Amino acid sequence: MLSGIIYTARDQAHKRLVEAIKKGNKLPIDVKGQVIYYCGPTRTPKGKIIGSCGPTTSSRMDEFTPALLKKGVLAMIGKGRRSQRVIYAIKKYKAVYFLTYAGCGALLSKYIKNAGPVAYKDLGPEAIYKLEARDFPVIVGVDTKGRSIYD
Amino acid sequence: MKVISADKIRDALSELCIRANLVLRKDILSGLKSAYSKEAKRRAKDILQAIINNAYIAGKEKLAICQDTGLPCVFVELGQGVKIVGDLKQAINKGVESGYKKGFLRNSIVKDPLLRGKSVYQPAIIHIDMVKGNKLKLTVLPKGFGCENKTQLKMFNPTAKISEIERFIVDAVKSAGPDACPPYVVGVGIGGTADYASLLAKKALLRKIERKGLIPKGTVPVFEQELLSEINKLNIGPMGLGGRTTCLGVNIETYPTHIAGLPVAVNISCHALRSATMTL
Repeated sequence: MLSGIIYTARDQAHKRLVEAIKKGNKLPIDVKGQVIYYCGPTRTPKGKIIGSCGPTTSSRMDEFTPALLKKGVLAMIGKGRRSQRVIYAIKKYKAVYFLTYAGCGALLSKYIKNAGPVAYKDLGPEAIYKLEARDFPVIVGVDTKGRSIYD
Repeated sequence: MKVISADKIRDALSELCIRANLVLRKDILSGLKSAYSKEAKRRAKDILQAIINNAYIAGKEKLAICQDTGLPCVFVELGQGVKIVGDLKQAINKGVESGYKKGFLRNSIVKDPLLRGKSVYQPAIIHIDMVKGNKLKLTVLPKGFGCENKTQLKMFNPTAKISEIERFIVDAVKSAGPDACPPYVVGVGIGGTADYASLLAKKALLRKIERKGLIPKGTVPVFEQELLSEINKLNIGPMGLGGRTTCLGVNIETYPTHIAGLPVAVNISCHALRSATMTL
């Protein structure tokens, strides 16, 4: 179970972050030591902290992940397999890839205690949200030694 | 002649979008419960329990079952005796937008597939079928794209063996693997043309997965059961972490085809197979 700050980022946010890295621009959030959650939540209903917020398919982020790991990302949360290149980078930078309950966005919203967009707000559901998680359920998908749960 | 106003259609669509996204289909929920009782592995059971709990929380707290509230696919069966006052397609899209906004569902549509841009609530994918009678049947299937991305189509030779078709369908599920939220429901379209087989595969997902009593004789229901059993031998399991439940049900729709071909389309759905229907 994870407790603490996690940042959401999915396809378009990844594309922008990696473009910024390539250009040598400052990133809108300091990713060093952070956890990135592949998630684009639904809009927040009145009186709730966040809407439905489950994981999206991780493999779509594969082409961008090594660059972010190089920048110091500590862990990622998503669903499904990762490419060999990502697994190699996870091992190289001693990071971790977690899985969480896929297709259970309503359930997972219960583990979020605070939430709000912090960057790329124009992307709507694909903006980067800062979430404060408590006891967020995860399973290790790829460990720091590059061992995958699917092997 | 029955007269139905565009406003009434808009309101129906709005309600259907919310219902489909918040309340899990009964046949899917009972499929999940029966899978839970059949699973032996602790982890597979725990994941199925989380999926069942998720459905209860969604219904009770009016939260979307899944944050991917999909690309809404709208199936319209328009009776020939119905007169619609107003613009049907506009009413559908307005209803979808209103439902998605009211239900706090996600705006997951980009206006331009290449330029992408800001995400919006519509247009929906609309299929209109003219039928006999004076009723208007509306069905919404919000299709998430984790699983839509795993769609496959193959144009077989007309001499292809059933076993080759079976291999193709099982392999389509195998290649989706753990990525698209298993346990899956597999929709298969056989026959017609390439585009029609794809539509049939999607429509197959609208049918209940429950099979009560004995399996009726005939090629298709038997083939569905064989496929289900073969797919469940893949050991992909809930969340792709192993188990007996890789698939909750296989539905096949067929249509006549050309002497020179045999199109087969596979449309996979995640465990959150959502749809809702209303007849006006």
